[in-house]
This record gives sequence, C-alpha cells and structure tokens, in this order.
Amino acid sequence: MKFPFKRCMATVWATLFIGPVYAADVQVAVAANFTAPMQKIAADFEQATGHRARLAFGATGKFYAQIKNGAPFEVLLAADDDTPARLEKEGLAVAGSRFTYSIGQLALWSARPGYVDGKGEVLKQGAFDHLALANPRLAPYGGAAVETMNKLGVLSALQPKFVQGENIAQTFQFVSTGNAELGFVALSQVVEDGKLKRGSAWVVPAGLHAPIRQDAVILVRGKANPAALALMKYLKEDRARAIIRAYGYQY
Amino acid sequence: MLSDTDWSAIRLTVELAGVTTALLLILGTPIAWWLARTRSAWKGAVGAIVALPIVLPPTVIGFYLLVAMGPQGPVGRLTESLGLGTLPFTFAGLVVASVIYSLPFVVQPIQNAFEAIGERPLEVAATLRASPLDTFFSVVLPLARPGYLTATVLGFAHTVGEFGVVLMIGGNIPDKTRVVSVQIYDHVEAMDYAAAHGLAAGMVAFSFLVLLLLYTLNPTGRRA
Amino acid sequence: MNSAVLPAIEARFKLDWPGFSLDVDLTLPGHGVTALFGHSGSGKTTLLRAIAGLERVANGRLSVKGDVWQDAAVFRPTHRRPLGYVFQEASLFPHLSVQANLAYGQKRVPEAQRRVALDQAVDMLNIGHLLDRKPDRLSGGERQRVGIARALAVSPSLLLMDEPLAALDHALKQEILPYLERLHDELDIPVLYVSHAPDEVARLADHIVVMAGGKAVAAGPLGDTLARLDLPIKLGEDAGVVLDAVVAARDAEWQLAHMEFAGGRLWVRDHGLPLGHRARVRILARDVSLARTPHSGTSILNTLPAVVVDSVADAHGALTLVKLRVGESPLLARLTRRSAHALEIAPGQLLYVQIKAVALIG
Repeated sequence: MKFPFKRCMATVWATLFIGPVYAADVQVAVAANFTAPMQKIAADFEQATGHRARLAFGATGKFYAQIKNGAPFEVLLAADDDTPARLEKEGLAVAGSRFTYSIGQLALWSARPGYVDGKGEVLKQGAFDHLALANPRLAPYGGAAVETMNKLGVLSALQPKFVQGENIAQTFQFVSTGNAELGFVALSQVVEDGKLKRGSAWVVPAGLHAPIRQDAVILVRGKANPAALALMKYLKEDRARAIIRAYGYQY
Repeated sequence: MLSDTDWSAIRLTVELAGVTTALLLILGTPIAWWLARTRSAWKGAVGAIVALPIVLPPTVIGFYLLVAMGPQGPVGRLTESLGLGTLPFTFAGLVVASVIYSLPFVVQPIQNAFEAIGERPLEVAATLRASPLDTFFSVVLPLARPGYLTATVLGFAHTVGEFGVVLMIGGNIPDKTRVVSVQIYDHVEAMDYAAAHGLAAGMVAFSFLVLLLLYTLNPTGRRA
Repeated sequence: MNSAVLPAIEARFKLDWPGFSLDVDLTLPGHGVTALFGHSGSGKTTLLRAIAGLERVANGRLSVKGDVWQDAAVFRPTHRRPLGYVFQEASLFPHLSVQANLAYGQKRVPEAQRRVALDQAVDMLNIGHLLDRKPDRLSGGERQRVGIARALAVSPSLLLMDEPLAALDHALKQEILPYLERLHDELDIPVLYVSHAPDEVARLADHIVVMAGGKAVAAGPLGDTLARLDLPIKLGEDAGVVLDAVVAARDAEWQLAHMEFAGGRLWVRDHGLPLGHRARVRILARDVSLARTPHSGTSILNTLPAVVVDSVADAHGALTLVKLRVGESPLLARLTRRSAHALEIAPGQLLYVQIKAVALIG
C-alpha cells in the first residue's frame, strides 16, 4: 500500500493543474509475461500523470487477431518485436511509435531446489521425463529455448521430452505443479526483487539465443489519445525501468 | 490442404473421442441408473457433481486435474505408487480428463431414458421370471436405446470439441496429446489463418453432421 | 366348495405407511377366482403387490399351497415366485412383438415346470392372428388379451390380476370377459382378482374378500358374502345376490330359459345356452319387491315364496334392505321403509318376492 497522502496530492495536482480535460484513459494490451511489472508501472503512471492505463493481459498472437478485427486497444506491449512491426506494416499501428520496452531473459527452472545447476548441465544429463517450454511457434521464449538447446547440442536428444505450453504462463504452470521436472520460463516469472522465489534456476546467458525483444507500439485507435503518448514516454523513464529491471528484464 | 501434423491431430482426436465415449458408456450406465432410480438424499449432490463440467470453465477442470494428477497431487501419488507414472502429457491423462469433462453429456441422456422407462416394465419383467440383471439387458437397454444413441453422439462430439482441458494438461505433444482443437488454436496463434480455416471448417462440418444425424435418427431422444 | 381339501393360500401382511396401512391375515382358497373387492384406497392392490413381492413388506408371511414364498427368514423376490401377474394396463414390452412378449416369460421357466403351452394360451385368448404385431398396433382389448396370455404362459401356480378391465371401456370389457370366464372354467390355476366393479366380481368370482381401510372386512364364498346384510361397505345400487343355476328348460316360443337354482326356478331371456348348462344369475336388491300374496295381474314373470331373515336400514333414510331365503338361496330386496312398515316385515315372515329383472351372467 502506498502512502495515501501522496496519492491524494497526485489527484489534487491532476485536478488543479492538468485538469480533467487532460486526464484520459488508455486501453493497453499487455503480453502475459509482463503482467506483474505492468501492474506496478500502471499504478505509478496514474499517480504521476493522472492518466489511467486500463490493462488487458494475454497472448500476443491473440491480441494481434483481435486488433486486426477491430479490438479497441490503443497501445500494445507485445511479447515479441515481430507483431508490432507487422501491425505497423499493415497500417494498424502508428508508424514510428515502436520501441523496445524490455528484453526478456530466459531461465531454465525447476520447482525443486537444487535440481537445476548453475551451468545448465542438467540438460546434458537428461535424467528427466518432461521438459517444458513455450510453443516455439507461438512464443518468443519458446523460440529462444529451442535456440539455446540447439547451441548446446542437446536439441534432438531432448525433443521427445518436450511438453509445450501455449504461452510462457502455461509453461510455468507445468513446471510449478511438478508435472514437468524443469522447463524454460521467463526469468521474470521466478524472480522478485532480484531473488529467486523458489526452486532452482539457471539464467541462460544472452549469447545462447537472440535477444527476446519485447516491443511496444501505439495502435491507430490511440493515435490522438494523450494518455497513450504519455504511457509510451513513461515506459522509458527511470521509475518504470527500475520496476522492469526488478522483474528480471533488461531494456 | 491439410498437413501431416493436421492429419495426425485428426487421428488422435478420433481415437481419444472413441476411447472416451466407450469408457463413458460403461461408466455412465451405473451412475445414470443410480441417479434415475435412487430415493437417496445424495441424489441431488451426486447429480450436481456429474453436471459440474457443464457449467465449470474447462480451464478450472484442467487446472485442478493438472494439480491433482501432478506428482504432488493425490491422483498423481496414487498413479505413481501403482507404477503408472503421472498422467499429464499422456494419452491416458487426456482420456481421464475427457471422461470427466464429457461425463454429463453421456450420463444425462441415459438417465433421462431410464427415468422415462419408469418402474412398470421392471415389475412386469420380474413377474415374468426375469432377474434384475436379466431385466436390465432384455428390457431396460433396448428401451433406453434412443438415450444411448444421444449419449454416444454427444459424448463423442463433445470430446472432439474439447479444448481447454486438453490445453491445460496435454503439453501439445504430436501424436500423443495434440488434438485438432489445439492444432487449430496453434494455427490461429501463429497467425497461420489458412491452415486454421482448413481444420476449423472441418470441425464445423463434422459437428453439423453429428447433430444432423442425432436429430434425424432420434427425433425424440434429444433431451440432454 | 371343497376348499378344506385343497391346500390354500395363507397371507399375513402388516405395513404402515404415512396415510395408509395394511393389516391382513387371510386364508384364501387354492382354487377358483377370489375377488379382492373394495373401493380405491382400500388396500386391495397393495395386498396383491405384496403377494407378488413387488411391495416388500417386512415380517409378512405368505405360503401358496404349502410353498413358503415369504416369512421372517425368507423373502423370495418376485422373479422367483411362480406367479403370473396381469396389470391394469397391459404393460406389454413395446420393443417386442406379441410373439416375443409371450415368449419372454415362458422361456425363463424351466421346461419341466411348463404346464401351459404357448399355443394353449394363444388359443384361449384368441390372439393367434396378432403374433407378428408390435404392441402399438393393437387395440386396448387386444393388448390386454396378450397381457393375460403372457401371464398364463409362465405356467403360474397363482395368477394375480390387478383390475385388468378397469382401463377398458364397456364394449372392450364385454370383449374380454368371456376369455376370463374361459380361463376360469378351463384352467386349474387359482386367481386373485382385484376389482372395484361389482358386475365383474359377480360374474367371475367364486370367493370374495372385501377390503376397506387396509383390512379384510369380510371374506367367504361369493353368494353368501354378497347376501350379508352386515357387509361393511355399502354397495348401493349394486347390492344384490349371485346364484348358481342350471338351464332346466327352454321356451322357444317366448325365447326364454328356465333357470333352476337351489330354491326354485327363474325365467330369463334365452341366450342360447344348452339344457343342463351351469350359469350364474344376478338379482339386484332394487329389482326385488315383496308382497303378502302372489299377484296374478302383473307383468312380472318371476314370483317366488320366501322367508324373511332380517332387515337393516339402507344408506338412505327412506330405504330398508331385507334379506330373505328362497329355499336354500339368499335374496336381498330393497324397499322403502314405509312399505316395510306397511308389510310389517319381521324375521320368519312368509312373503312373495317379485323379481323384476334377472341378469344371466355367463
């Protein structure tokens, strides 16, 4: 809970100086993996600017289909950099508004303490039945996981043990319930304030896969919305970036 | 138009629906019989439990199954102690999940059929020397045939149409747990709409044909 | 009547349901037709169902011709009781043809115990032309005949019939009754026949158990029991007696038959029965009037001398019911209390009964 006085002051400021004319709502589609940091960022954003970010969380591919079919989103925080680029090319996003708001970090994680070693050797031993990863066709984290295993030379050996989540959240579910002994998840799912929440993990070095760039873009519906612009700007500010980093992302 | 993985998904789906339906007819019969005939105070509770999958989101069922059948869950511990391993990510696991998910669609038509038969034919059969089991096979089953037809078609079709539960516990493994509905979802998510259309249109046609069959063959047995 | 010689049916049942109780301890004859007669709710169907084992009565006792079907230690479920049961609605199996309905019970009876051949049952009920049909293509009467034949085909030691005619209209009843009479005459199977229709009982029953409030309030041979003045249920317009008679003479010119009974002779319409044929006649109390002298100038054909046995008030305050004896046979007469007063009716008094109508009932 925030100190209420600050929130009161922010409201007073917003009312007196920015005025109700300028305080607007913005509809934001957020990649599921960015749920936790975005909730914090949105709260800060509202306090700082008076604008309100209304958040919807989900799979980027689904958002794409919805946006193409007229969904009322004004900003997209995607799980990849392809989808925003594609939307821009198709004229559904505001040209030039695109930027990378975070770079995801891949982690090999197990709910069991001591199961995953600090170098990922466990992959080479292969003494497990199920290895969870996000569907590489759908999720950038899945693609990065495949790339990593390929580089380590274990891909074909491990392929029969794959269980695929439709997104990174479901992948996490498979591992956290113990149904898969280990899996490739987003570091943001297993750390909080820079510390591993439970189990054991290996943070996959950035050199083993192409960076998982997560891009944001203003959609055509949000073109004239000052809150959309303000949110894009706010994502680049230090306060937002501190939160992003605390959740295991880079930028 | 359909790829090999599409066909493998179709094969798997038919197999899953077939095994599930067969199991459901066997399991559902005693449950339906009990529900149709009992005067027990538990009837309401058991009927409600059987009907739960109709109202619960598949994700709820899928989530609880994932937890229950996992290594820490009660079902998972049981299957592991029996040397069967855990059920998620296996065909057997999908069968178990589908049986639970489609249970009301099989039990309820059979139960309705049993209830419609009433007490009298059973009494008649008893006065004609037929034991209760004999009566069940020689009188009840033939009279409940429309109910069984409805149950078979609905159970099969509903299992084919199952998505959420499979998604939650399947792990999307080709030839093992990647069924048609999941395959369609993947096509859509991957923005491969052409491939999605091929399978999705097939599903619509299949569902229509199944219901058409049901309504033509069995115009009175429609109560689900 | 030689019921003492034949092993009998002993039934003792006691049950208490909310709003209904049954408490009977009966010995029924092991031959002929015994009517369980009473108004609806009197417990007659429940008793029949208890005998069939369809109603499970704890602490009941039932033995049929020495064979114990149920007592404190034994409960034979319905399918192990050698009985036949005819339900009010024929309740044929709709998925089976007439033939298959008939065979259903028979093939479940061990061959050694089959005494009624399928053909015999088919002939008796005259349903040979219906064998290939499904029940939904039969008339109500045909269905009930198949139902009866199906029950007979299991060669029952006891045939239970639960108002088999109640669901049928008058014409269909007339269609079936002859078959039931034939059954009565040709088969040596004791029948318990539940009915609330006095005309059916008069026609078919040899014995009667009168049920009221879950109890057997009167039981005995039909003629004696119907003539009782203290019958606890009032039959109203149906009060009367049934007499066994023989065709003693036929008058071709007037198309009348002279029926001889124990106590005299009665003219009835000639239905073509041969001389010496046994038949029943039913005389309703309302059709009998009394006179001190035999009238001559009257349209009434049947006038017989009778002795007053007793009299009681009838249901309506204006009426009285008089029991008389004509030879060995009982007779009931209903007259107004005023007429009874004028005649100074008293037991032992000699009077003449004038019988307006006699129904020959088979």
